Amino acid sequence: MERANTAMLQLKDAAKTFTMHLQGGIRLPVVAGVTFDAHPGECVVLSGPSGAGKSSILKIIFGNYRCDSGRVAVRHQGNVVDIAAAEPRQILDLRKNTIGYVSQFLRAVPRVAALDVVAEPLIVAGVSRDEARERAGALLRRLNIPERLWMLPPSTFSGGEQQRVNIARGFLPDLPLLLLDEPTASLDAANRAVVVALIEEKKRKSVAMVAIVHDDDVREQIADRVVDVTKFAAVA
Amino acid sequence: MSMMDQPLLMTEGLGKSYGRQLGCRDVSFNLYEGEVLAIVGESGSGKSTLLQLLSTQMAPTAGRVCYRMRDGVTRDLATLGEAERRFLYRTDWGYVHQDPAMGLRMKVSAGANVGERLMAVGWEHYGRIRKSAQSWLERVEIEVGRIDDSPHTYSGGMRQRLQIARNLVTEPRLIFMDEPTGGLDVSVQARLLDLLRNLVAELGLAVVIVTHDLAVARLLSHRIMVMKEGRVIETGLTDQVLDDPREPYTQLLVSSILPA
Repeated sequence: MERANTAMLQLKDAAKTFTMHLQGGIRLPVVAGVTFDAHPGECVVLSGPSGAGKSSILKIIFGNYRCDSGRVAVRHQGNVVDIAAAEPRQILDLRKNTIGYVSQFLRAVPRVAALDVVAEPLIVAGVSRDEARERAGALLRRLNIPERLWMLPPSTFSGGEQQRVNIARGFLPDLPLLLLDEPTASLDAANRAVVVALIEEKKRKSVAMVAIVHDDDVREQIADRVVDVTKFAAVA
Repeated sequence: MSMMDQPLLMTEGLGKSYGRQLGCRDVSFNLYEGEVLAIVGESGSGKSTLLQLLSTQMAPTAGRVCYRMRDGVTRDLATLGEAERRFLYRTDWGYVHQDPAMGLRMKVSAGANVGERLMAVGWEHYGRIRKSAQSWLERVEIEVGRIDDSPHTYSGGMRQRLQIARNLVTEPRLIFMDEPTGGLDVSVQARLLDLLRNLVAELGLAVVIVTHDLAVARLLSHRIMVMKEGRVIETGLTDQVLDDPREPYTQLLVSSILPA
């Protein structure tokens, strides 16, 4: 198929099992045979009940969980990199230039202001501090984080505010692949609409996205394709 | 291939045994510019021995350590003369000790502690040295008004920040850190970690940091090496090793962290 060649992300038979050495070496199979792709400008939504391995799949793509077997191919600056076999250094470079990730929870650094938490990925990618902060502020404003909170560390924020800081941090850089783990979970209707609009904008910029959303309404609005994760259930 | 694609520090089969006792064995890795590598493990795991081997404070009994000098030539550190080695330490390397008193001269002023490193690399103009010392004190969040005070009058956290300023003033490319937050209160630790994190990112430093504190490793490092009984038992991206530890011992370390 023509289209396969243009995929931003291609998973082929990716598998993950945890071995719990402290529990007598018990093996916990998470997923197996994970095969799907994501193309520029489309949002692929992973569906399935809790515990089906949706978040684990995102973590495998991001290189946070090691992939036991199979292939996780990502287009990266004109080449294709297999995350399952990449060196740490390559994965760091991919995270800087290619893959963004909005995790379920913000892992805040003590003492760092919300504005800087959001601006950091841009600064790491070489944008000047002033410009990065300005763009971070604009996005925080759009996500209805009041300006008086910007200079405070997000650890003091409410769950919904933390999640919006996290979303801003993930959406700010222009990266061609974005992983979204329940980005609207703890948001009210107005902020959910902002996130849906941000996803639309990313599509127009040809960003490929893989998302987990439990809200049927949001899924309806953002999903170009739904991949049922239960077919990747690993057998113990 | 550009310079940045070549490692700054390389080790091959590095080891040290003290008579029958083993310090560390068969350590091989590459460290690139801008990369922070954390070496974690419990006391006696060999991580401090490894740091001493890397920083040439101790000679290995096996393997070698190579370093790409500022002129672009990669040298086996064992072949450096004493003068060359000292020059490296004065210019291109820094070493942050757990106990700031080990890395500072406690009998001279804070300003002199920073300025001294500049004089050692040939700076002569007093005004310029003082100005640079001032700006470094500011960067590590020490009030400039304290520049003439002796480090004896400083708190533990301030001393540690002063030690960092003293190390960074010559714009080194590689810093070794031995439990830099070890002796500090938790609130002081957070400030120091934040400061280190920013400086390392801004200056694009390569860092080898030895710590037993996995939270410190998570905050500061890109990559982790887990050591046990003198060997590297697991290595990888920091978040990967901490979120998806593979070895029994690493799983034990990770699961032993008390949630706050």
